[in-house]
Amino acid sequence: MYNVGIDIGSTAAKAVIMSEDKKEIIHKLLMPTGWSSKETADMVLNWMNERGVNTENSNITATGYGRVSVPYANKVITEITCHGKGALFLNGGDCAIIDIGGQDTKIISIENGVVSNFLMNDKCSAGTGRFLEIMANTLGVSLSEIFNLAEQGEEISISSICTVFAESEVISLIGKGCSKNDIACGVVSSIANKVVNLCGKHNSRSESYFLTGGFCDSEYMCRKLSQKLKKPVVTNQLARYAGAIGASLLA
Amino acid sequence: MADYRQMWKDLGMDLELHDQLCEVLPTAFGDVYLSQEDRPESMDYYNFVVSEIHGVRPAELIESQKKGGKVFGTFCVFVPDEIIFAADAIATGLCGGSQFWVPGGEKVLPTNTCPLIKASVGARLEKTCPFFRIADMFVGETTCDGKKKAWEILAEDVPIHVMDMPQMKRQKDLDAWTNEISIFKNKVEEFTGNEVTSEKLSQAIKLINDKRRALKRLYEFRKNENLPISGKDVLLISQIAFYDDPTRFASMTNKLCDELDERVKNNISVFTAGTKRIMLTGTPMAIPNWKLHHIVETSGGAVVVEETCTGTRYFENLVDETKTIIDEQIEALTDRYMKINCACFTPNTGRIDDILRLAKEYNVDGIIDVNLKFCNLYDTEGYFVERALKEAGIPVLGIETDYTDQDAEQLRTRVGAFIEMLSNK
Ligand code: SF4
Ligand code: SF4
Repeated sequence: MYNVGIDIGSTAAKAVIMSEDKKEIIHKLLMPTGWSSKETADMVLNWMNERGVNTENSNITATGYGRVSVPYANKVITEITCHGKGALFLNGGDCAIIDIGGQDTKIISIENGVVSNFLMNDKCSAGTGRFLEIMANTLGVSLSEIFNLAEQGEEISISSICTVFAESEVISLIGKGCSKNDIACGVVSSIANKVVNLCGKHNSRSESYFLTGGFCDSEYMCRKLSQKLKKPVVTNQLARYAGAIGASLLA
Repeated sequence: MADYRQMWKDLGMDLELHDQLCEVLPTAFGDVYLSQEDRPESMDYYNFVVSEIHGVRPAELIESQKKGGKVFGTFCVFVPDEIIFAADAIATGLCGGSQFWVPGGEKVLPTNTCPLIKASVGARLEKTCPFFRIADMFVGETTCDGKKKAWEILAEDVPIHVMDMPQMKRQKDLDAWTNEISIFKNKVEEFTGNEVTSEKLSQAIKLINDKRRALKRLYEFRKNENLPISGKDVLLISQIAFYDDPTRFASMTNKLCDELDERVKNNISVFTAGTKRIMLTGTPMAIPNWKLHHIVETSGGAVVVEETCTGTRYFENLVDETKTIIDEQIEALTDRYMKINCACFTPNTGRIDDILRLAKEYNVDGIIDVNLKFCNLYDTEGYFVERALKEAGIPVLGIETDYTDQDAEQLRTRVGAFIEMLSNK
């Protein structure tokens, strides 16, 4: 029996096929969610079938905001529980998880191997992947570039907490002739600040943080967060699959 | 629903707009309520009351007005219904719990006003709720800032009496409230032309106490391990308590409780084993706001108690029935009402004690602290509530929401994750 975890997030869908003993990730998939979670779910099923995995020979758990659109899943579990499980697998022990998702950001504490508390940001895109995407667009750079630029810049403060206002603020900074690097640095810091506030509110007992979600490729983000939190922030190449990994472990 | 169009027309309602409301309510009720399995049979009465929400009871109120009776509309559980009934008048709760009325309120109120206030003002000004048309006089209170200012706006459209509510609970504040109840009594006497005698007040105290006793009896069933009734159903009953005839309400609720007695004997539960027991605490849930209960009870949880004004704050503590002199009766009213712990007061540590006590009594697994968006008072007090619960080792989830459905999926994720977390403990 395979164990499959499918995480249909707001911007990206992730899937993981885990071995029977739940120790080894055999296959993994990352694709944009697109307009319809249903279609995405069908595509994931095709991908599984191509690898000889089907609904007969596997246990399937769906998670993420599109979790109810996976008709062939045996279980549906929220992304908070799955992220907890997945991060625990990757980190190898208790920690507090910072998950910066496409639409929301969450902080999850893991104590004794289970979720002990969590906090999600309010219905607002500031401090989420969506915010960075919009700002990268405004700056005319790609998502990966923005981190590189930011690394070379000096932090300028972007005071608006609302994405819409922050966008006009960035436009006016460009107008004033501020360097792209500095603005990029300001944008990334603004997300980091929001995340740090959320961490403060959550008040985890954990000594270290583990970053999951789309930003896990950015060493720079980890450093930035760690500076501001005054605690180590680590991540893992597979951290963007944390939800899917957790789901497969719970399958 | 029977045909009440003529009645609504006579009330000066906006029929076209009102039709839109009449269209959505039955679907919402069907989805949230009628879809439940194994409901007690006696819920039929409350189903009926809701299905005819803008018909049956309004017609009764109009009937009493034809005989010269007055109807008072209230917005807060601090307003003593006893005084109103003692003057042979009728009190009816008016808080708006539907998004339908919010845009109407936003025409005159700042957007960052709590939805309860916006909906209440909208329901009156847009002429889409018969209760808001029928009430001869509104009774406001100086609780939160949003309400205080809203009364001024409503006063341009309808007679309104505002009770000056103390913000603290020192002796001088209790005395002030006693005085305020006396002023209210005079106002009601003047407005109705009926004297509030001590006999009449005695009867009214008994009448409202009986309603409280019925609700208390109902809530007792929720302490059982096997829950014979859903939280959603109890919420509905509590909401109906605000505007139904108190005598009939108490008798129907007692009848329901008799049925629940049988269910308990037979170990009937409307939830599967392992369902997590949840307390909700925070701002009131006016009819038809069933949003959070529905999410909890379709995500593996059961709401077993609400520390809210549409929950325990409404019925806990009785008014002393032994007093026979008006002044002493009014003091007895003050005693009972000033035991309500609302975030309007400073400090309000009594509420924390209540929450901790109820958590034990109802054996809850977790607590959701729910606040209506833009309710600064409860939101701020949430700091102490959540801290106290953490200290007591009771899992707590803070939620801020309004009457829209926009955040339903987000809430499902949070509530779902919270319940999963309780299950893994
Ligand atoms: S929450 Fe406070 S102001 Fe609102 S009804 Fe309850 S007691 Fe009154
Ligand atoms: S919920 Fe809060 S803001 Fe709204 S009426 Fe009650 S006390 Fe006022």
